[in-house]
Amino acid sequence: MKISRRHLLAWPLAIATALAIGTSAQAAPPKDTFVMAKDISDIITLDPAEVFEFSGGEMIANIYDKLMMFEPENLTKLVGGVAESWDISEDGKTIAFAIRPDMTFHSGNPVTAEDVVYSLRRVVKLGKTPSFIITQFGWTPENVDELIVVDGDKAKITITEEFSPALVLNALSAGIASIVDMKEVMAHEVDGDMGYGWLKNNSAGSGPFMLKSWKANELVSLEAFPDYRHGAPGVKRVIIRHIAEPSAQRLMIEKGDVDLARDLTPDQIEGISSNEDLKIQADPKGALIYLAANASDPILGNPKVVEALRYLVDYQGMANSFLQGQFKVHQAAWPGGLWGAYDETPFTLDVEKAKALLAEAGYPDGFEIKIDTLNSSPYPQIAQSVQATLAQAGIRASITTAEGKTLWPMYRAQKHQLILAQWSPDYTDPHSNLDAFAHNPDNRPEAKLTGVLAWRNAWADEATNAKVVAARNELDLDKREALYQEIQHDLQMNSPYAILFQQTEQSAIRKEVEGYVSGATFDMIYYRGITK
Amino acid sequence: MANTTSRAATGPFLSLPGPVKSILNMLLTLVLTFVGLTAVTFTIGRVMPADPVLAIVGDRASQEAYDKVYTEMGLDRPIYAQYGRYLVELAQGDLGTSVMTSRPVIEDIKRFFPATLELATIATLMGVLIGVPMGVWAAVNQGRLIDHVVRVLGLIGYSVPVFWLGMVALLIFYGNLGWVAGPGRLDVYFDGVVEPVTGFILIDAAMAGEWDIFDNAVSHLILPASILGAFALAYIARMTRSFMLDQLNQEYILTARVKGVSEPGVVWRHAFRNVLVQLITIIGLTYASLLEGSVLTETVFSWPGIGQYITTSLFNADMSAVLGGTVVVGTCFVGINMLSDLLYKLVDPRART
Repeated sequence: MKISRRHLLAWPLAIATALAIGTSAQAAPPKDTFVMAKDISDIITLDPAEVFEFSGGEMIANIYDKLMMFEPENLTKLVGGVAESWDISEDGKTIAFAIRPDMTFHSGNPVTAEDVVYSLRRVVKLGKTPSFIITQFGWTPENVDELIVVDGDKAKITITEEFSPALVLNALSAGIASIVDMKEVMAHEVDGDMGYGWLKNNSAGSGPFMLKSWKANELVSLEAFPDYRHGAPGVKRVIIRHIAEPSAQRLMIEKGDVDLARDLTPDQIEGISSNEDLKIQADPKGALIYLAANASDPILGNPKVVEALRYLVDYQGMANSFLQGQFKVHQAAWPGGLWGAYDETPFTLDVEKAKALLAEAGYPDGFEIKIDTLNSSPYPQIAQSVQATLAQAGIRASITTAEGKTLWPMYRAQKHQLILAQWSPDYTDPHSNLDAFAHNPDNRPEAKLTGVLAWRNAWADEATNAKVVAARNELDLDKREALYQEIQHDLQMNSPYAILFQQTEQSAIRKEVEGYVSGATFDMIYYRGITK
Repeated sequence: MANTTSRAATGPFLSLPGPVKSILNMLLTLVLTFVGLTAVTFTIGRVMPADPVLAIVGDRASQEAYDKVYTEMGLDRPIYAQYGRYLVELAQGDLGTSVMTSRPVIEDIKRFFPATLELATIATLMGVLIGVPMGVWAAVNQGRLIDHVVRVLGLIGYSVPVFWLGMVALLIFYGNLGWVAGPGRLDVYFDGVVEPVTGFILIDAAMAGEWDIFDNAVSHLILPASILGAFALAYIARMTRSFMLDQLNQEYILTARVKGVSEPGVVWRHAFRNVLVQLITIIGLTYASLLEGSVLTETVFSWPGIGQYITTSLFNADMSAVLGGTVVVGTCFVGINMLSDLLYKLVDPRART
């Protein structure tokens, strides 16, 4: 191979040429390619039976069709995904799904009831973390072959626990209910692993995009599936570039090297608001920020103290300043904008009322307390604001920040006093959050219900437990919704939590880009309508 | 570490013949270094509060799911047993599987390490080719304007945070002027076009005759390499100046001048040759530190290198990846130091005995 002199001199020449001519060194993305800048360091797998991370969940939502779905055209209406229709038995315990005809996987294989049954059984048998979303219906590796079966050309599921069918259908819209191509996955099975090793880095779906490559901490590349059931996506290729640094994301979107930037800070959003080539899209998210008090602590175990804490947060002050545009005040345990939401915000900063409550609780001069929180923005800032307002009532708070991998073990071991943390729904049904916030059937430390927030905070209330179970089982949708709102009201008045904010995600988008849809959970972020 | 290696050469095996003794000493140093390195990293990984199980199961996992993975990872066994198992696997060339990337650590390293090596090599070359003459020039002109300029530049290059310098450089040369390409190693449209053979994009692109990709890679590389290069340059220039001043004040220099040796001859043949050993150490250490210490530059420029890999893995409690990365960086340290030792013997006759 002959290397020309031009290329031997490329380095100094590139500098000289660049300095002399000053031309742009990077081309804008082609019309058929959509490029997004995002921190995707959280992706650790792309197997839908295991994905439980935000970025990974988002990829899955675009590669796989789920059994049930909230489609981008109407994010509030649950419709069939792979399922064309479904019949619910009278007792509400059996649901038979008819599968859409003429639907194919990326491999060309037809989507059948066998694939649906295999996909759900696979989730239960692999038993990865998000499997609880469906194993709560009573499915175990031992019984799942009898409870999830092919019935003629339908996939039939039977639950053994008392659950409202509406909840079951909602749960089957989560990423965990993604339907995989059984033949393709089985072809890559090693030592009976149900394709687990292979599917972490590959895809076998029927969604609008196919996974071309995932290079950890570098990029995810998706290619359009032209035979998708809703028609070919608007762009041929979607590339998600791992750009961890928000400042770099801002530079790239302004230069036109990416079409969308996902992780800009409020001041960066402010900074680009006057750029005519860009627009800002604000999407309400399901993520809630809350303050929780460990009820096993001698001071925080007093409900009056926790009530006082709720009056010692400058909700609006924070929302109007450093959280501007990215968080709004929300004080209930299920996010606003979703079915079952409760939008009352009874608490404002009221130091006098808090002082009176503290005096009533026996702490007229306040006390010392520790707040643990994450070390990433905006948690330290929120903690500092809370620290300042607590001080107005004589409460002397110290703040400790840590990485999630350090903070969560402590939280799960009930070793905190106050913790400022975040929670997002696992699936689009209020049970997802209220089961975690409110339902603690066994408050003993040795019960180790570490996934349950109420247990982590050593708090249980019999009446609330009963209401959560009743709402979970209720067949009448209106009654169900009323029950969930009642539970949220109860939690506002009596619980270890002060729920503070709901996230709004602000994305910077090139003005020629249309059709990016970002719903409340990662299961509802869709690329298929994007055009540019 | 260079000195450690040298000291080991005088350690055990005194009764053996020279070359055999050297090789055995080298191997002993290598083994001891690795055992020490892995033992310390392993222990830190196990005693730090970050939980490796949560890295896999997530913070919402039930206790059953947590316990299952805890046992699968062998964390229920005593730490010495875990370490012993790691050493056995390491001896078989198995660095484990990364939680973060779901791939064998060895494959990750094959992908991330060349990116860093490419960056660090070019930065070190810039540092040597510009920094050494600058240092010599400043020393020869001690107290004059050029000396002050080199000293101030050295101070700035060494004390300005790389992170800040990177952001400002990106803003000016990429954001405002558009002279160079932005973050990343390549434009995404070129991703996967060239089959990685060496892992060095410049070499792979040149071998494939893909000159558009080569040019694009150069455009991406200029800025981060220059930032790192500025750091290397500042340090090397400063140290060269200091070593040269030391030598230029020696009596043998005066003798050479009295004997009528030309000024360039005094500087380059006499003084410079005597600072070479020290310079080799400095250059070796700079190169090694750039290999593992360029994490901030890698973060700013979204450069998928080993520094970022180790750091992200550490934050994610992904200990197999951290250990694997540490072993590779440790190997580089030892390798560079051994190379320095060999070079000493080439440039300094006293070191050959």
